[in-house]
Amino acid sequence: MNKKTGIFSKIYIFIIMAFFYIPIIYTVIFSFNSSKSLTHFEGFSLQWYDKMFNDATMMQAVFYTIIIAVLATVISTVVGTITAIGLSKSNKIVKAVVEQINSLPIMNPEIVTAIGLLMLFSTLAVKKGFMTMLLAHIMFCIPYVILSIMPKLRSLDPNLADAALDLGATPWQALIKVIVPQIMPGIVSGALIAFTMSFDDFVISYFVTGNGVNNISIMVYTMSKRINPSINAISTIIILIITVVLIVINVIPVIKERKFKKGRN
Amino acid sequence: MRQFRSMAYPYIIWIAAMIVVPMLMIFMYAFTVKGNDVTTFRFTIENFGKFFSDAIFIEVLKRSLFIAVITTIICVLLGYPAAYIIAQTEGKTKMFLILLITLPMWINMLVRTYAWMGILQDDGILNSILSIFGLDVKLLHTSFAVILGMVYNFIPFMILQIHTSLSKMDKSLIEAASDLGANKLQCFLRVTLPLSLPGVISGITLVFLPAVSSFFIPKLLGGGQFVLIGNVIESQFLTAGNWNFGSAISLIMAVIIMISMYITKKVDKVENGERGIFN
Repeated sequence: MNKKTGIFSKIYIFIIMAFFYIPIIYTVIFSFNSSKSLTHFEGFSLQWYDKMFNDATMMQAVFYTIIIAVLATVISTVVGTITAIGLSKSNKIVKAVVEQINSLPIMNPEIVTAIGLLMLFSTLAVKKGFMTMLLAHIMFCIPYVILSIMPKLRSLDPNLADAALDLGATPWQALIKVIVPQIMPGIVSGALIAFTMSFDDFVISYFVTGNGVNNISIMVYTMSKRINPSINAISTIIILIITVVLIVINVIPVIKERKFKKGRN
Repeated sequence: MRQFRSMAYPYIIWIAAMIVVPMLMIFMYAFTVKGNDVTTFRFTIENFGKFFSDAIFIEVLKRSLFIAVITTIICVLLGYPAAYIIAQTEGKTKMFLILLITLPMWINMLVRTYAWMGILQDDGILNSILSIFGLDVKLLHTSFAVILGMVYNFIPFMILQIHTSLSKMDKSLIEAASDLGANKLQCFLRVTLPLSLPGVISGITLVFLPAVSSFFIPKLLGGGQFVLIGNVIESQFLTAGNWNFGSAISLIMAVIIMISMYITKKVDKVENGERGIFN
């Protein structure tokens, strides 16, 4: 904090941060509890981690969460990129209508999207499970990918692709070598949003899944009805991975900058 | 570059099937009753009548709105000062504080809500602290727990939105105001606050919408008896199997959300019209 921020500001920020982090620290501490209690810490133990790794339903939920997040991210990033480029060249009315419908899953409460998909899949008699969950995840991920790519395409010089074509590039080459590299930052952030949306989803997955196919969110929801400290163990692992990834993402640019400065001196 | 146009076509078919058709199905089911098929299709508002004539459902609706409004107000009151303080910091401190605010958002919402269950238990840490002061209150399975859970999950959105609009603000405007003789409070009320209202408004949208439709926070922290409108929709679809009534309730919820968004935007315009410096 700089000189301008007073003592009250510091205390206030500290309280807000405590509010944010106490539940997280609490989860981590109680994942090492030797008893089943969620309220009294009775000694250090790794038994809940052991139980977690030996629990088939938990491991299966982790597996489904990761596989669906990866597939949904790859598919929605590819489809979203292709669509965004197509839309940027489409006429105004098509573009406006598609953008409007595209934003519906983002604007609507999740539960509305969820019941719509539930009714669609049931009416078409699609077997509920892995496929329905994957389709639903692709459905709500693509809008975010398109939304993060469109601004990059708008700021793109339309003459660039024309120049590539004039210089003898095929449309495919113009696309891959000129347009895609220019919008790469948008594609990457779209993919990141898609992955986290899919990884964290509960409401939509809960409504469209079936036949024992669960993700981590659904598992926590069904297990939380009874006290189960294994949930704390799996939560701690998720918290650890996210913290490390976010710190690395935020620290790498700083280190790079420092090296760059040193190199110049 | 017209040859690229056709690249959007597959997605147009996809959204027709995956977004438009489900929306139409919600409308169709909401305005028909069970047993209808294409041949006996009969338009009715029976489902809506059933909802508004039942005192229990009206109670649920009122409770959902009350919880969502209180959550939103608390998020504004607690979030604004936090965003304001963060906006005053610079460089690494700012980056670090923003990272601290965003980090919990990346952690699964179910996991974060579950964490509160242990803290709020009758013999939990919060009650142990309160008992030092001679207080013994039931925390888990109350409205307090539900509101706490919602504020906890949704306040980062509020802080980030307000922070963005405060950061975009031209600092020289405040200097100009104080040069012209305004004191600190006047600077804040006449310059900073009106200019940050768009951030507050989008923050309100991002908090109110999930708060009014949430169904796992009331279930986890409010207990089985604590029913909000999201829980009614859930049970209509997953236990009762009454798609018609469930669809009608979700339409009622969607309309309520649209009305509140409209009012919020209107209030924003009026405020800016009266006190803003640019309109």
